[in-house]
Amino acid sequence: MTSVIDAYAPSEPAPPVPPRPWTRSRIAGVLIMAFWIAAGAGLIFYLAAAWDSDKVARYGPRLFSGLQTTLALVGISVVAGAILSVPVALGRLSKNPVFSRLAFGYVYLFRGTPLIAQLFLIYYGLGSFRPQLEAVGLWVFFRDAWNCAVFAFSLNTAAYQAEILRGAIESVPTGQWEAAKALGLSRLQTFRKIILPQALIVALRPYGNELILMIKGSAIVALVTVLDLMGETRRAFSRTYDFQVYIWAAVFYFVIVEALRNIWNALEARLTRHLVR
Amino acid sequence: MDKYLTLLSFGNEGWGDEILWGVVITISLALVTLPLGLFIGFLIALAKQSSEWSLRTAADVYTTIFRGLPELLTLFLVYYGLQIGLQQGLNAIGAQTSVEINSFAAGVVALALVFSSYASEVFLSAFRAIPKGQYEGGYALGIRPRKVMRLIILPQLVRIALPGLGNLWMILLKDTALVSAIGLTDILRQTGVAARVTKEAFLFFGLAFLLFLALALLSSVALTRIEAYGKRSEQAR
Repeated sequence: MTSVIDAYAPSEPAPPVPPRPWTRSRIAGVLIMAFWIAAGAGLIFYLAAAWDSDKVARYGPRLFSGLQTTLALVGISVVAGAILSVPVALGRLSKNPVFSRLAFGYVYLFRGTPLIAQLFLIYYGLGSFRPQLEAVGLWVFFRDAWNCAVFAFSLNTAAYQAEILRGAIESVPTGQWEAAKALGLSRLQTFRKIILPQALIVALRPYGNELILMIKGSAIVALVTVLDLMGETRRAFSRTYDFQVYIWAAVFYFVIVEALRNIWNALEARLTRHLVR
Repeated sequence: MDKYLTLLSFGNEGWGDEILWGVVITISLALVTLPLGLFIGFLIALAKQSSEWSLRTAADVYTTIFRGLPELLTLFLVYYGLQIGLQQGLNAIGAQTSVEINSFAAGVVALALVFSSYASEVFLSAFRAIPKGQYEGGYALGIRPRKVMRLIILPQLVRIALPGLGNLWMILLKDTALVSAIGLTDILRQTGVAARVTKEAFLFFGLAFLLFLALALLSSVALTRIEAYGKRSEQAR
Protein backbone atom coordinates (compact mmCIF):
# COMPACT_ATOMS: atom_id res chain seq x y z
CA MET A 1 0.00 0.00 0.00
CA THR A 2 1.44 3.36 -0.94
CA SER A 3 0.82 6.00 1.63
CA VAL A 4 -0.34 9.47 0.90
CA ILE A 5 3.00 10.86 1.92
CA ASP A 6 4.83 8.70 -0.60
CA ALA A 7 2.58 9.95 -3.30
CA TYR A 8 3.26 13.56 -2.51
CA ALA A 9 6.91 13.30 -1.51
CA PRO A 10 8.58 10.17 -2.82
CA SER A 11 11.28 8.90 -0.44
CA GLU A 12 14.84 9.73 -1.38
CA PRO A 13 18.10 8.28 -0.16
CA ALA A 14 19.78 10.10 2.74
CA PRO A 15 22.07 12.90 1.62
CA PRO A 16 25.74 11.86 1.45
CA VAL A 17 27.81 12.42 4.59
CA PRO A 18 29.87 15.55 4.01
CA PRO A 19 33.63 14.89 4.08
CA ARG A 20 35.25 15.56 7.43
CA PRO A 21 36.78 19.03 7.17
CA TRP A 22 40.51 19.49 7.64
CA THR A 23 40.33 21.60 10.76
CA ARG A 24 43.46 22.88 12.40
CA SER A 25 43.23 20.32 15.17
CA ARG A 26 42.84 17.49 12.66
CA ILE A 27 45.93 18.63 10.78
CA ALA A 28 47.88 18.92 14.04
CA GLY A 29 46.66 15.51 15.20
CA VAL A 30 47.58 13.77 11.97
CA LEU A 31 50.99 15.46 11.91
CA ILE A 32 51.80 14.53 15.50
CA MET A 33 50.55 10.99 15.02
CA ALA A 34 52.71 10.76 11.91
CA PHE A 35 55.64 11.96 13.99
CA TRP A 36 55.00 9.31 16.66
CA ILE A 37 54.64 6.57 14.10
CA ALA A 38 57.79 7.69 12.32
CA ALA A 39 59.63 7.88 15.65
CA GLY A 40 58.45 4.40 16.62
CA ALA A 41 59.40 2.96 13.24
CA GLY A 42 62.74 4.76 13.38
CA LEU A 43 63.36 3.33 16.83
CA ILE A 44 62.62 -0.22 15.70
CA PHE A 45 64.73 0.29 12.59
CA TYR A 46 67.60 1.71 14.65
CA LEU A 47 67.48 -1.13 17.15
CA ALA A 48 67.36 -3.68 14.33
CA ALA A 49 70.21 -2.01 12.44
CA ALA A 50 72.37 -1.62 15.56
CA TRP A 51 71.74 -5.23 16.66
CA ASP A 52 75.12 -6.73 17.41
CA SER A 53 75.06 -10.35 18.50
CA ASP A 54 78.41 -10.01 20.29
CA LYS A 55 77.18 -7.14 22.43
CA VAL A 56 73.81 -8.78 22.97
CA ALA A 57 75.50 -12.00 24.11
CA ARG A 58 77.74 -10.07 26.47
CA TYR A 59 75.42 -7.39 27.84
CA GLY A 60 71.98 -8.94 27.35
CA PRO A 61 72.24 -11.32 30.34
CA ARG A 62 73.67 -8.49 32.42
CA LEU A 63 70.69 -6.28 31.67
CA PHE A 64 68.40 -9.13 32.66
CA SER A 65 70.23 -9.66 35.92
CA GLY A 66 69.98 -5.89 36.47
CA LEU A 67 66.26 -6.15 35.87
CA GLN A 68 66.03 -8.84 38.53
CA THR A 69 67.99 -6.64 40.92
CA THR A 70 65.59 -3.78 40.30
CA LEU A 71 62.56 -5.95 40.89
CA ALA A 72 64.06 -7.53 44.03
CA LEU A 73 65.00 -4.11 45.40
CA VAL A 74 61.54 -2.70 44.82
CA GLY A 75 59.81 -5.84 46.08
CA ILE A 76 61.73 -6.00 49.34
CA SER A 77 61.48 -2.25 49.97
CA VAL A 78 57.78 -2.04 49.27
CA VAL A 79 56.99 -4.97 51.60
CA ALA A 80 59.29 -3.65 54.33
CA GLY A 81 57.82 -0.18 53.84
CA ALA A 82 54.29 -1.56 54.09
CA ILE A 83 55.10 -3.16 57.44
CA LEU A 84 56.81 -0.01 58.69
CA SER A 85 53.98 2.21 57.45
CA VAL A 86 51.41 0.65 59.80
CA PRO A 87 52.79 2.14 63.05
CA VAL A 88 53.42 5.45 61.26
CA ALA A 89 49.85 5.60 59.96
CA LEU A 90 48.50 4.67 63.40
CA GLY A 91 50.66 7.42 64.86
CA ARG A 92 49.23 9.92 62.36
CA LEU A 93 45.71 8.84 63.37
CA SER A 94 46.49 8.83 67.08
CA LYS A 95 44.88 11.41 69.33
CA ASN A 96 48.05 11.53 71.41
CA PRO A 97 49.86 14.69 70.24
CA VAL A 98 53.31 13.17 70.86
CA PHE A 99 52.69 10.19 68.58
CA SER A 100 50.87 12.15 65.92
CA ARG A 101 53.56 14.85 65.74
CA LEU A 102 56.35 12.28 65.64
CA ALA A 103 54.61 10.46 62.81
CA PHE A 104 53.93 13.73 61.00
CA GLY A 105 57.57 14.72 61.33
CA TYR A 106 58.70 11.39 59.93
CA VAL A 107 56.35 11.65 56.98
CA TYR A 108 57.28 15.26 56.26
CA LEU A 109 60.99 14.53 56.46
CA PHE A 110 60.83 11.71 53.94
CA ARG A 111 58.26 13.22 51.60
CA GLY A 112 59.82 16.67 51.61
CA THR A 113 63.28 15.64 50.42
CA PRO A 114 64.45 13.84 47.29
CA LEU A 115 64.94 10.10 47.60
CA ILE A 116 68.40 10.54 46.10
CA ALA A 117 69.41 12.91 48.92
CA GLN A 118 68.18 10.36 51.47
CA LEU A 119 70.11 7.60 49.75
CA PHE A 120 73.32 9.64 49.65
CA LEU A 121 72.91 10.64 53.28
CA ILE A 122 72.59 7.01 54.31
CA TYR A 123 75.17 5.49 52.00
CA TYR A 124 77.91 8.12 52.08
CA GLY A 125 76.89 10.04 55.20
CA LEU A 126 76.82 7.11 57.58
CA GLY A 127 80.42 6.40 56.58
CA SER A 128 81.34 9.32 58.87
CA PHE A 129 80.17 7.23 61.82
CA ARG A 130 82.11 4.15 60.91
CA PRO A 131 83.84 3.69 64.33
CA GLN A 132 80.54 4.06 66.19
CA LEU A 133 78.71 1.75 63.79
CA GLU A 134 81.52 -0.79 64.03
CA ALA A 135 81.24 -0.67 67.81
CA VAL A 136 77.57 -1.68 67.68
CA GLY A 137 78.16 -4.10 64.83
CA LEU A 138 75.98 -2.29 62.27
CA TRP A 139 78.82 -1.37 59.95
CA VAL A 140 78.62 -4.75 58.20
CA PHE A 141 75.10 -3.78 57.16
CA PHE A 142 75.69 -0.18 56.11
CA ARG A 143 78.94 -0.94 54.31
CA ASP A 144 77.03 -2.51 51.47
CA ALA A 145 75.37 -0.25 48.89
CA TRP A 146 72.56 -2.74 48.33
CA ASN A 147 71.64 -2.78 52.04
CA CYS A 148 71.73 1.01 52.18
CA ALA A 149 69.49 1.23 49.13
CA VAL A 150 66.96 -1.20 50.61
CA PHE A 151 67.10 0.68 53.92
CA ALA A 152 66.61 4.13 52.35
CA PHE A 153 63.88 2.94 49.99
CA SER A 154 61.99 1.19 52.79
CA LEU A 155 62.04 4.28 54.99
CA ASN A 156 61.00 6.46 52.06
CA THR A 157 58.14 4.32 50.83
CA ALA A 158 56.98 3.77 54.42
CA ALA A 159 56.33 7.52 54.69
CA TYR A 160 54.34 7.57 51.43
CA GLN A 161 52.45 4.38 52.25
CA ALA A 162 51.61 5.66 55.73
CA GLU A 163 49.89 8.65 54.12
CA ILE A 164 48.01 6.37 51.73
CA LEU A 165 46.89 4.15 54.59
CA ARG A 166 45.88 7.10 56.76
CA GLY A 167 43.87 8.70 53.99
CA ALA A 168 42.16 5.42 53.24
CA ILE A 169 41.25 4.72 56.87
CA GLU A 170 39.95 8.26 57.28
CA SER A 171 37.84 7.85 54.15
CA VAL A 172 35.71 5.18 55.84
CA PRO A 173 32.72 6.99 57.35
CA THR A 174 32.49 7.19 61.14
CA GLY A 175 29.08 5.52 60.95
CA GLN A 176 30.87 2.26 60.21
CA TRP A 177 32.71 2.50 63.53
CA GLU A 178 29.52 3.44 65.35
CA ALA A 179 27.49 0.64 63.80
CA ALA A 180 30.15 -1.89 64.77
CA LYS A 181 30.18 -0.52 68.30
CA ALA A 182 26.41 -0.78 68.48
CA LEU A 183 26.71 -4.44 67.47
CA GLY A 184 29.12 -4.97 70.34
CA LEU A 185 32.28 -5.60 68.28
CA SER A 186 35.61 -4.82 69.87
CA ARG A 187 37.81 -2.08 68.37
CA LEU A 188 40.28 -4.58 66.96
CA GLN A 189 37.51 -6.66 65.40
CA THR A 190 35.94 -3.54 63.93
CA PHE A 191 39.22 -2.41 62.48
CA ARG A 192 40.20 -5.79 61.04
CA LYS A 193 36.85 -6.94 59.70
CA ILE A 194 34.99 -3.73 58.86
CA ILE A 195 37.29 -0.75 58.44
CA LEU A 196 40.38 -2.29 56.85
CA PRO A 197 38.61 -4.11 53.97
CA GLN A 198 36.88 -0.90 52.95
CA ALA A 199 39.99 1.20 53.43
CA LEU A 200 42.18 -1.12 51.35
CA ILE A 201 39.87 -0.79 48.37
CA VAL A 202 40.26 2.98 48.54
CA ALA A 203 44.02 2.54 48.95
CA LEU A 204 44.37 0.16 46.02
CA ARG A 205 44.97 2.78 43.33
CA PRO A 206 47.41 4.90 45.34
CA TYR A 207 49.32 1.74 46.26
CA GLY A 208 49.64 0.88 42.58
CA ASN A 209 50.90 4.39 41.84
CA GLU A 210 53.41 4.12 44.67
CA LEU A 211 54.67 0.80 43.32
CA ILE A 212 55.19 2.36 39.88
CA LEU A 213 56.89 5.38 41.41
CA MET A 214 59.22 3.06 43.32
CA ILE A 215 60.17 1.15 40.17
CA LYS A 216 60.93 4.41 38.40
CA GLY A 217 62.65 5.89 41.45
CA SER A 218 64.79 2.80 41.94
CA ALA A 219 66.87 3.84 38.91
CA ILE A 220 68.85 6.17 41.17
CA VAL A 221 70.53 3.30 43.02
CA ALA A 222 72.76 3.10 39.96
CA LEU A 223 74.43 6.25 41.32
CA VAL A 224 75.57 4.43 44.47
CA THR A 225 77.12 1.51 42.55
CA VAL A 226 74.21 -0.93 42.84
CA LEU A 227 74.00 -2.75 39.51
CA ASP A 228 70.27 -2.64 38.88
CA LEU A 229 68.83 -2.25 35.37
CA MET A 230 70.01 1.36 35.23
CA GLY A 231 73.39 0.47 36.73
CA GLU A 232 74.04 -2.29 34.20
CA THR A 233 72.92 0.06 31.45
CA ARG A 234 75.33 2.77 32.52
CA ARG A 235 78.15 0.26 32.79
CA ALA A 236 77.46 -1.14 29.35
CA PHE A 237 77.28 2.40 27.92
CA SER A 238 80.56 3.43 29.52
CA ARG A 239 82.26 0.36 27.97
CA THR A 240 80.76 0.45 24.48
CA TYR A 241 79.60 4.06 23.95
CA ASP A 242 76.67 2.46 22.18
CA PHE A 243 73.55 4.51 22.77
CA GLN A 244 71.21 1.61 22.10
CA VAL A 245 71.67 0.23 25.62
CA TYR A 246 69.83 3.27 26.94
CA ILE A 247 67.06 2.67 24.44
CA TRP A 248 66.81 -0.95 25.54
CA ALA A 249 66.70 0.11 29.19
CA ALA A 250 63.91 2.54 28.33
CA VAL A 251 62.02 -0.26 26.60
CA PHE A 252 62.43 -2.53 29.63
CA TYR A 253 61.28 0.11 32.11
CA PHE A 254 58.40 1.09 29.88
CA VAL A 255 57.22 -2.51 29.51
CA ILE A 256 57.39 -3.14 33.26
CA VAL A 257 55.53 0.04 34.15
CA GLU A 258 52.85 -0.46 31.51
CA ALA A 259 52.39 -4.13 32.44
CA LEU A 260 52.09 -3.22 36.09
CA ARG A 261 49.60 -0.46 35.31
CA ASN A 262 47.41 -2.81 33.30
CA ILE A 263 47.64 -5.60 35.88
CA TRP A 264 46.68 -3.10 38.54
CA ASN A 265 43.71 -1.85 36.53
CA ALA A 266 42.50 -5.43 36.06
CA LEU A 267 43.04 -6.16 39.75
CA GLU A 268 41.09 -3.08 40.73
CA ALA A 269 38.25 -3.93 38.39
CA ARG A 270 38.14 -7.44 39.82
CA LEU A 271 38.27 -6.38 43.47
CA THR A 272 35.68 -3.63 43.14
CA ARG A 273 33.21 -5.61 41.01
CA HIS A 274 30.73 -5.69 43.92
CA LEU A 275 30.64 -1.89 43.87
CA VAL A 276 29.57 -1.65 40.22
CA ARG A 277 25.88 -1.22 39.71
CA MET B 1 82.45 22.61 66.41
CA ASP B 2 84.71 25.38 65.09
CA LYS B 3 85.96 23.02 62.44
CA TYR B 4 82.44 22.52 61.13
CA LEU B 5 81.70 26.23 61.13
CA THR B 6 84.85 26.84 59.12
CA LEU B 7 83.81 24.15 56.66
CA LEU B 8 80.42 25.77 56.19
CA SER B 9 81.70 29.35 56.08
CA PHE B 10 81.82 31.49 52.97
CA GLY B 11 85.25 32.03 51.54
CA ASN B 12 88.27 30.04 50.57
CA GLU B 13 88.39 27.40 53.25
CA GLY B 14 84.63 27.10 53.61
CA TRP B 15 82.10 25.54 51.27
CA GLY B 16 79.25 27.93 52.04
CA ASP B 17 79.50 29.97 48.85
CA GLU B 18 79.81 26.90 46.61
CA ILE B 19 76.76 25.31 48.21
CA LEU B 20 74.80 28.55 48.04
CA TRP B 21 75.55 28.63 44.32
CA GLY B 22 74.17 25.08 44.16
CA VAL B 23 70.96 26.29 45.81
CA VAL B 24 70.70 29.05 43.20
CA ILE B 25 71.15 26.49 40.40
CA THR B 26 68.52 24.16 41.87
CA ILE B 27 65.98 26.93 42.30
CA SER B 28 66.59 28.46 38.89
CA LEU B 29 66.36 25.05 37.22
CA ALA B 30 62.97 24.48 38.84
CA LEU B 31 61.79 28.02 38.04
CA VAL B 32 62.81 27.77 34.39
CA THR B 33 61.20 24.36 34.01
CA LEU B 34 57.91 25.39 35.61
CA PRO B 35 56.51 27.79 32.96
CA LEU B 36 57.73 25.55 30.13
CA GLY B 37 56.17 22.47 31.70
CA LEU B 38 52.93 24.29 32.48
CA PHE B 39 52.65 25.56 28.91
CA ILE B 40 53.29 22.17 27.30
CA GLY B 41 51.07 20.47 29.84
CA PHE B 42 48.24 22.88 29.07
CA LEU B 43 48.55 22.25 25.33
CA ILE B 44 48.56 18.49 25.92
CA ALA B 45 45.46 18.81 28.08
CA LEU B 46 43.73 20.78 25.32
CA ALA B 47 44.71 18.08 22.84
CA LYS B 48 43.41 15.36 25.14
CA GLN B 49 39.93 16.79 25.18
CA SER B 50 39.84 17.59 21.50
CA SER B 51 37.03 16.07 19.44
CA GLU B 52 39.69 14.92 16.99
CA TRP B 53 40.65 11.28 17.50
CA SER B 54 44.21 11.55 16.17
CA LEU B 55 45.05 14.52 18.37
CA ARG B 56 43.73 12.76 21.48
CA THR B 57 45.74 9.64 20.74
CA ALA B 58 48.89 11.63 20.02
CA ALA B 59 48.58 13.38 23.38
CA ASP B 60 47.94 10.08 25.17
CA VAL B 61 51.07 8.58 23.62
CA TYR B 62 53.09 11.52 24.95
CA THR B 63 51.85 11.09 28.51
CA THR B 64 52.20 7.32 28.46
CA ILE B 65 55.82 7.54 27.35
CA PHE B 66 57.03 10.17 29.76
CA ARG B 67 55.12 8.83 32.74
CA GLY B 68 56.40 5.32 32.06
CA LEU B 69 60.12 6.11 32.02
CA PRO B 70 62.20 6.75 35.12
CA GLU B 71 63.08 10.45 35.43
CA LEU B 72 66.77 9.62 35.62
CA LEU B 73 66.59 7.64 32.40
CA THR B 74 64.69 10.44 30.65
CA LEU B 75 67.45 12.79 31.73
CA PHE B 76 70.16 10.50 30.34
CA LEU B 77 68.22 9.93 27.14
CA VAL B 78 67.88 13.67 26.60
CA TYR B 79 71.45 14.48 27.61
CA TYR B 80 73.33 11.76 25.73
CA GLY B 81 70.71 11.28 23.03
CA LEU B 82 70.63 14.93 21.98
CA GLN B 83 74.40 15.08 22.11
CA ILE B 84 74.89 11.99 19.93
CA GLY B 85 72.05 12.93 17.62
CA LEU B 86 73.33 16.45 17.04
CA GLN B 87 76.88 15.19 16.62
CA GLN B 88 75.85 12.69 13.99
CA GLY B 89 73.71 15.29 12.27
CA LEU B 90 76.62 17.72 12.13
CA ASN B 91 79.02 15.03 10.95
CA ALA B 92 76.58 14.09 8.23
CA ILE B 93 76.63 17.61 6.82
CA GLY B 94 80.39 17.66 7.11
CA ALA B 95 80.91 19.90 10.13
CA GLN B 96 83.93 18.97 12.24
CA THR B 97 82.95 20.58 15.54
CA SER B 98 82.32 18.45 18.59
CA VAL B 99 78.99 19.07 20.26
CA GLU B 100 78.60 19.54 23.96
CA ILE B 101 75.06 19.92 25.26
CA ASN B 102 74.61 22.33 28.13
CA SER B 103 73.61 20.18 31.10
CA PHE B 104 71.30 22.92 32.40
CA ALA B 105 69.38 22.93 29.12
CA ALA B 106 69.23 19.13 29.08
CA GLY B 107 67.93 19.19 32.65
CA VAL B 108 65.25 21.74 31.78
CA VAL B 109 64.11 19.75 28.74
CA ALA B 110 63.97 16.40 30.57
CA LEU B 111 62.22 17.81 33.63
CA ALA B 112 59.77 19.74 31.46
CA LEU B 113 58.89 16.55 29.55
CA VAL B 114 58.11 14.72 32.78
CA PHE B 115 56.41 17.68 34.44
CA SER B 116 54.20 18.46 31.44
CA SER B 117 52.94 14.89 31.14
CA TYR B 118 51.79 14.92 34.76
CA ALA B 119 50.52 18.50 34.52
CA SER B 120 48.38 17.61 31.51
CA GLU B 121 46.46 15.13 33.67
CA VAL B 122 45.91 17.77 36.35
CA PHE B 123 44.70 20.29 33.76
CA LEU B 124 42.49 17.69 32.13
CA SER B 125 40.68 16.84 35.35
CA ALA B 126 40.32 20.56 36.06
CA PHE B 127 38.81 21.07 32.59
CA ARG B 128 36.31 18.32 33.32
CA ALA B 129 35.30 20.04 36.56
CA ILE B 130 34.19 23.16 34.67
CA PRO B 131 30.57 22.88 33.56
CA LYS B 132 29.76 23.11 29.85
CA GLY B 133 27.41 25.99 30.59
CA GLN B 134 30.39 28.23 31.22
CA TYR B 135 31.49 27.86 27.59
CA GLU B 136 27.92 28.10 26.30
CA GLY B 137 27.24 31.22 28.35
CA GLY B 138 30.32 32.82 26.87
CA TYR B 139 29.36 31.91 23.30
CA ALA B 140 25.79 33.10 23.90
CA LEU B 141 27.20 36.50 24.81
CA GLY B 142 29.01 36.54 21.48
CA ILE B 143 32.51 36.18 22.89
CA ARG B 144 35.05 34.53 20.62
CA PRO B 145 36.20 31.01 21.61
CA ARG B 146 39.74 32.16 22.30
CA LYS B 147 38.50 34.92 24.58
CA VAL B 148 36.08 32.53 26.31
CA MET B 149 39.07 30.35 27.11
CA ARG B 150 41.18 33.23 28.36
CA LEU B 151 38.61 35.26 30.26
CA ILE B 152 36.12 32.68 31.51
CA ILE B 153 37.63 29.21 31.57
CA LEU B 154 41.26 29.84 32.44
CA PRO B 155 40.67 31.76 35.70
CA GLN B 156 38.44 28.97 36.99
CA LEU B 157 40.78 26.29 35.67
CA VAL B 158 43.79 27.71 37.50
CA ARG B 159 41.87 27.78 40.76
CA ILE B 160 40.77 24.15 40.42
CA ALA B 161 44.16 22.94 39.24
CA LEU B 162 46.21 24.76 41.89
CA PRO B 163 46.42 22.01 44.54
CA GLY B 164 47.43 19.43 41.94
CA LEU B 165 49.96 21.77 40.38
CA GLY B 166 51.33 22.53 43.83
CA ASN B 167 52.03 18.82 44.35
CA LEU B 168 53.72 18.70 40.97
CA TRP B 169 55.91 21.65 41.93
CA MET B 170 57.05 19.77 45.03
CA ILE B 171 57.84 16.72 42.89
CA LEU B 172 59.69 18.92 40.40
CA LEU B 173 61.77 20.43 43.18
CA LYS B 174 62.77 16.96 44.33
CA ASP B 175 63.44 15.75 40.79
CA THR B 176 65.93 18.57 40.20
CA ALA B 177 68.31 16.64 42.47
CA LEU B 178 68.74 14.13 39.65
CA VAL B 179 70.58 16.62 37.42
CA SER B 180 73.62 16.21 39.65
CA ALA B 181 74.06 12.91 37.77
CA ILE B 182 74.80 14.75 34.50
CA GLY B 183 77.27 17.09 36.14
CA LEU B 184 75.15 20.16 36.81
CA THR B 185 76.43 21.88 39.94
CA ASP B 186 73.21 21.81 41.94
CA ILE B 187 72.85 21.38 45.71
CA LEU B 188 73.56 17.67 45.69
CA ARG B 189 76.54 17.93 43.36
CA GLN B 190 78.20 20.72 45.35
CA THR B 191 77.65 19.04 48.71
CA GLY B 192 78.90 15.78 47.19
CA VAL B 193 82.11 17.45 46.05
CA ALA B 194 82.53 19.06 49.47
CA ALA B 195 81.92 15.71 51.15
CA ARG B 196 84.53 13.98 49.03
CA VAL B 197 87.16 16.66 49.55
CA THR B 198 86.67 17.16 53.28
CA LYS B 199 85.71 13.58 54.17
CA GLU B 200 82.82 15.01 56.18
CA ALA B 201 80.12 13.14 54.27
CA PHE B 202 77.43 13.23 56.92
CA LEU B 203 77.79 16.94 57.53
CA PHE B 204 77.46 17.89 53.88
CA PHE B 205 74.85 15.37 52.79
CA GLY B 206 72.90 16.23 55.93
CA LEU B 207 73.14 19.86 54.86
CA ALA B 208 71.82 18.96 51.39
CA PHE B 209 68.96 17.08 53.03
CA LEU B 210 68.09 20.09 55.20
CA LEU B 211 68.36 22.50 52.27
CA PHE B 212 65.87 20.46 50.25
CA LEU B 213 63.64 20.27 53.31
CA ALA B 214 63.84 24.05 53.70
CA LEU B 215 62.92 24.52 50.04
CA ALA B 216 59.95 22.19 50.49
CA LEU B 217 58.82 24.04 53.62
CA LEU B 218 59.16 27.38 51.88
CA SER B 219 57.21 26.12 48.89
CA SER B 220 54.40 24.72 50.97
CA VAL B 221 54.04 28.03 52.82
CA ALA B 222 53.99 29.91 49.51
CA LEU B 223 51.54 27.44 47.97
CA THR B 224 49.16 27.75 50.90
CA ARG B 225 49.20 31.52 50.42
CA ILE B 226 48.63 31.28 46.68
CA GLU B 227 45.75 28.86 47.18
CA ALA B 228 44.18 31.15 49.77
CA TYR B 229 44.56 34.04 47.30
CA GLY B 230 42.92 31.96 44.59
CA LYS B 231 40.02 31.10 46.86
CA ARG B 232 39.43 34.62 48.13
CA SER B 233 36.17 34.92 46.23
CA GLU B 234 34.78 31.76 47.80
CA GLN B 235 35.07 32.96 51.37
CA ALA B 236 31.86 33.33 53.34
CA ARG B 237 30.50 36.82 53.11
